[in-house]
Amino acid sequence: MTGMNHIAILPILIPMAAAVFNLILGDQRSNRRIVGVNIAFGVLLVLVSGLLLTVLAQADTAAAAVYPLGNWPVPFGIVLVADRLAAMMVLTTSILALAALVYASARWHSRGTNFFPLFHALVMGLNGAFLTGDLFNLFVFFELLLAASYGLALHGGGRNRVRAAMHYIVINLVASFLFLIGVALIYSTTGTLNMADIARAVPHIAGDDLGLFEAGVAVLGVAFLIKAGSWPLHFWLPNTYSSAAPPVAALFAVMTKVGFYAILRLWTLVFANQTGPELAFGQNVLFVLGVATIAYGSVGALSSKALDRLASYLILVSAGTLLLAVAYNSPGVTTGALYYVVVATLAAGALFLLKDVIDQVLPAEAQILAVSLELYGDEEEVLDEDQEVSRTIPAAATLLSLCFAVAALVMAGLPPLSGFISKFAMLSAAFSAQASPSAATWWMTGAMIISGLFVLVAMVRNGINIFWTSMPDDGLLRLRALEIWPIIALLTLCVLLAVFAGPAMTYFSETAAFIHAPQSYVDVVLPQEVAS
Amino acid sequence: MELTLAIAIGILSASGVYLLLRPRTFQVIIGLSLVSYAVNLFILSMGRLRMDAAPVLSGANANIADYADPVPQALVLTAIVIGFAMTALFLVVMLAARGLSGSDHVDGKGD
Repeated sequence: MTGMNHIAILPILIPMAAAVFNLILGDQRSNRRIVGVNIAFGVLLVLVSGLLLTVLAQADTAAAAVYPLGNWPVPFGIVLVADRLAAMMVLTTSILALAALVYASARWHSRGTNFFPLFHALVMGLNGAFLTGDLFNLFVFFELLLAASYGLALHGGGRNRVRAAMHYIVINLVASFLFLIGVALIYSTTGTLNMADIARAVPHIAGDDLGLFEAGVAVLGVAFLIKAGSWPLHFWLPNTYSSAAPPVAALFAVMTKVGFYAILRLWTLVFANQTGPELAFGQNVLFVLGVATIAYGSVGALSSKALDRLASYLILVSAGTLLLAVAYNSPGVTTGALYYVVVATLAAGALFLLKDVIDQVLPAEAQILAVSLELYGDEEEVLDEDQEVSRTIPAAATLLSLCFAVAALVMAGLPPLSGFISKFAMLSAAFSAQASPSAATWWMTGAMIISGLFVLVAMVRNGINIFWTSMPDDGLLRLRALEIWPIIALLTLCVLLAVFAGPAMTYFSETAAFIHAPQSYVDVVLPQEVAS
Repeated sequence: MELTLAIAIGILSASGVYLLLRPRTFQVIIGLSLVSYAVNLFILSMGRLRMDAAPVLSGANANIADYADPVPQALVLTAIVIGFAMTALFLVVMLAARGLSGSDHVDGKGD
């Protein structure tokens, strides 16, 4: 595995090279060749991430590429750890980034300055946050991705964007300060910043310091929950996501998952399998927050008139589902959650892109009008039978509505697509985890199934308004190939994940088993511990 | 010294949080700066407060009791740089919002 360890840093270096390349050449938006090179960087990143995942999937379950930066000995230097969980998050990010990049290269990249360098910097920050094995390094990568996301949230300009971005920046700056306070408290009680070393040090914390340590983890948890979009820390999310440029919003779909990833990684590593007073610290809080987030997101989805706001609330629903799964703390449920995080991210990204395509063929006023008509009635509603029948749905509109239907099925978790499989995996594992289902199991079942119904109703209502009542009758819709293909590709991946659910589930269940055995992570990162 | 530092951190963060919750963007940015000072002092204090102690020990008669932890100082340096850059960025967005909405209210309302 020595040569392979170098792959671990490539998902950070490739976007960095791409960003530098764009900065050196300057802001040449109209040059098609430069746009092509940017897409080539995106393809390269997907290939490298795919290679990393394939290599890890073929090695044994506990394999991980450990890359000590500057070759400093591990607990003292900064280390990158690409285990199965990190590799799969990096691959998801790369695929989503490539789709958003191709989509943006049709026209969105020329709506403001420096789109490509900021975009690649955001991808670099995301990949770094997934790969790092050091708590303070995680903070640095968080800041990196946030700095790029501030610029991207402003991309395109306009009063609404600036206002939403301002709120977003303030909230995230405060979250960063909380992050720092948490890291400082953890350092002061464990004396280390390496995650594996922290996991090793937790059982040895003196009794007096334990409260301080738990306070630090709680403060850190609040910072992660702000990023993950958990209720009641999510109020920045719908405004920011729905006012950002669509390809940017599509990539933002994976940003809430960084919060989920950080909670899953740290919490299972530090608390979940320890014996002692800190067993399952914060489990109840996470569970209640998960249910509340799902409830809020579902009601918000029902209340939203426009498709971009609906997609933002769907992100809240998926964030809540993931929190619930983490709080349940059982390998089987985590397996389903890992499947869900991939599927939900890809589908939400596709939905943001789809919304923009629909906006081009259909003015926003018409969509809102359709909702108002539904509420207040239309005087000319009575149509002749002939008129109703002769209404033609052209090929382009059929394609769009098909994409919308696939996204709706995945998001609502209806069979036969992958959203259903993931929710089914989570629920069946939750029921078989204990001899008789506990109250928590029933809460989880209720939250997931009822939210699925709410999401379905919201999606169907939006679909009817868009495709059946507001589409122009003359039928000639013009779609750009560069814009429709990324959407089709993302949704095809969701379908393929359902077709090849067997191999995918094997990978996810092995990943979950590795996550829930923290000692194996510690052994991989700190190998000298095995010898002594 | 511990008491002085604790009081300083407390006053800085209390004033910072108060200003953060005010409706004007200028108050918010000053509040963010004050909170960041408080956080930086807090990180520094987490390495234990020590006077006249070196971060690197060398020689035969080095005493582990005369040791100042260098890691929190390195963390503070990083945090200061990042915090400064983010504040500068926020300043630009604040000015853009002022120009676009004609008001310095955080929600862009005309008072």
